[in-house]
Amino acid sequence: MCGIAGILNISSDKPVKQEVLERMIFPVTHRGPDGFGFYVGKDVGLAHARLSIIDLEGGWQPIHNEDKTLWVIFNGEIFNYLELRKELEERGHRFYTNSDTEVIVHLYEEKKEKCLDELNGQFAIALYDTREKILFLARDRMGIRPLFYTMYKGSLYFSSEIKSLFAGNPSIPRELNPEVLKEIFTFWMPGGSETVFQGISQLEPGHWARVSVNGGIHIQEYWDIPFAASHVDSGKKEEEYAEQLRDLLIDSVRLRLRADVPVGAYLSGGLDSSVITSLIHHYTDNPLKTFSVTFSDKVYDEQAEQQEMVDYLTTDHHAEHCTYEKIGQAFPEVIWHTETPVLRTAPTPLYLLSSLVQRNKYKVVLTGEGADEILGGYDIFKEAKIRAFIKKNIDSEIRPLLLKRLYPYLALSPTKSAEYSRKFFNTDADVNELFYAHQPRWQTTGRTAVFFSENLKERDSAAGIRKLEKRFAEKLDGCDFFSRAQYVESKLLLGNYLLCSQGDRMAMAHSVEGRFPFLDHRVVEFACTIPPHLRMKVLNEKNILKKSMADILPASIVKRKKQPYMAPDILSFFGGKEPDYIDYYLSPAMVKEAGFFNPKAVSRLMSKCRKKSRQGFRENMAFVGMLSTQIVYDKFVRNFQVVQPEKLDNIKIIS
Amino acid sequence: MSEDIIKQIRSFIFENFLFDADDDSLKNDDSFLEQGVIDSTGVLELVDWLEETFDMKVEDEELIPENLDSVNRLSSFIAKKTQ
Repeated sequence: MCGIAGILNISSDKPVKQEVLERMIFPVTHRGPDGFGFYVGKDVGLAHARLSIIDLEGGWQPIHNEDKTLWVIFNGEIFNYLELRKELEERGHRFYTNSDTEVIVHLYEEKKEKCLDELNGQFAIALYDTREKILFLARDRMGIRPLFYTMYKGSLYFSSEIKSLFAGNPSIPRELNPEVLKEIFTFWMPGGSETVFQGISQLEPGHWARVSVNGGIHIQEYWDIPFAASHVDSGKKEEEYAEQLRDLLIDSVRLRLRADVPVGAYLSGGLDSSVITSLIHHYTDNPLKTFSVTFSDKVYDEQAEQQEMVDYLTTDHHAEHCTYEKIGQAFPEVIWHTETPVLRTAPTPLYLLSSLVQRNKYKVVLTGEGADEILGGYDIFKEAKIRAFIKKNIDSEIRPLLLKRLYPYLALSPTKSAEYSRKFFNTDADVNELFYAHQPRWQTTGRTAVFFSENLKERDSAAGIRKLEKRFAEKLDGCDFFSRAQYVESKLLLGNYLLCSQGDRMAMAHSVEGRFPFLDHRVVEFACTIPPHLRMKVLNEKNILKKSMADILPASIVKRKKQPYMAPDILSFFGGKEPDYIDYYLSPAMVKEAGFFNPKAVSRLMSKCRKKSRQGFRENMAFVGMLSTQIVYDKFVRNFQVVQPEKLDNIKIIS
Repeated sequence: MSEDIIKQIRSFIFENFLFDADDDSLKNDDSFLEQGVIDSTGVLELVDWLEETFDMKVEDEELIPENLDSVNRLSSFIAKKTQ
């Protein structure tokens, strides 16, 4: 895996300099510590930091086609590269490496942007066409690998991480965007292509961009999760769906074990990662090394379930034990990598876990992300079903109590009284509203606004939701509420939080590549054809997945009540020794200077935290969100600094 | 007596749920639910406080908006429980 960065002049005539490219690529060395490569033309520059996984000797980038008219840098994996290469060779293409990257230039030669349809993988691609003077950028379908860009003074700057853009050209403005901040304090993440930094965008998942010298930028979607198109009941039986899903997942796992280095797996103790590890064990000869997070706080810990899988599969197992202090201490460093405020500390244990993987000399892990979104696992889907059921008989005293069954794993259960349940979960809402399932969550999260500064309070709070409506309304037209909820969760939670802040960024911080068998696009497309009532049968989540895997898992894992992955939030900072930096980032002066929050309200929350009394959802989200915003402000706006070396070591290619 | 209790309730609510809001932003009859003052977990915080401060036990069946959902309702509930 790797880091990529580059520049294209659009209206600027300043020649691109190697030295600027070096400044851009150095800050993402953690993504690719094995060496650097560059392509420098008059109007274009491409930079690459490599983590060697396939073709260890020959896969240095940039890679070109036969006549050197196309140059590519690439972050990620094309899992079906062997099949693609065979076809390309049969059609006369000549390869000079054994890497998966090289198939991209040859496929692009033939098919231009249509090449993306053939790729099964996780990738961010930047390809320069010297004849047409066009830069082609693309991102994988689900958004596993990142790609950010900005236009500044007639040039396009792009990179795997935002810090590269700021390091490459220190004149690029570094300001937080209050609108996006409000989105984060409603949705938990930015809603669309804008990042929390003014003027810096992500190329969205499933999109490509064509940027031309003396031209402009054209962006287009090439794939989207086809939930909306899935309403023809094929009449297939549950068993048939289960069997097909299993075949697809076996193939997806096999493809994702392709590497010239050993591949490990994350094991959470839940169903999804158990499925992946069990498939590796039963259907491949990969020696299985597994990695887990454990918590000293028993509310979050799943050690017993992890051990059950380890015993069942006899894997070589390693665990990273997380205490409050450990999470609290690592948090600022985590935010340097997420490059965005987060409302949960949950990325932090995964940052610590990837360090454990690195210490074990592993570079690649398979993980279970995506199953909950595409196969119908989350409580928010269940909650929506229960709310809709209550709505059908609104006078029932019994139905609201169903909500009680939903959240027993939380020490803070909100559902003791039927009347409260009704109010908190807004059971009077109309099922046909576009964001029916997400409304209660967004409303609860939006209440963090009590901490906003006047300046932030004054801004329209509904703007973010209206933007989402505009983007999603047409796509979800005629779609049932369950599929709508899955779509929104896949686009927002998965695409803009789990895969980036909690996924790519936490793993790559320690040069570890995550691979996600549930996110093979064939699996996703198939999952969308399962009728919604079978995805979650009554209230049995991931019904088809459980059916398809029951014989290769311990019964207790299949039957286990779902426990969402979470980490202690406020407690990570106040449950043990309070980190020294809290008073720095959240001092009234610093809060006032940043301008987003009310210093007095922040101080009151801090005294509440220090009293160690019970804290609600809102306070937990608000505290982690405000602390991380202040860290982003300090590290990226106020004191942005990357200590650059005088000379880059280990440069392998300059073309 | 009841005025003191109302003062005490308001101070708890402002300190713990409204943080730095103006005193007139919450009337004694305003519903906590409708004003978004308290979320689902806030109710439990409120109960912790009631039990500790007034040395009383709140039963599950008493966890209803009629008892807990405004300053005035809370004040009546406390009066009833502690008389």
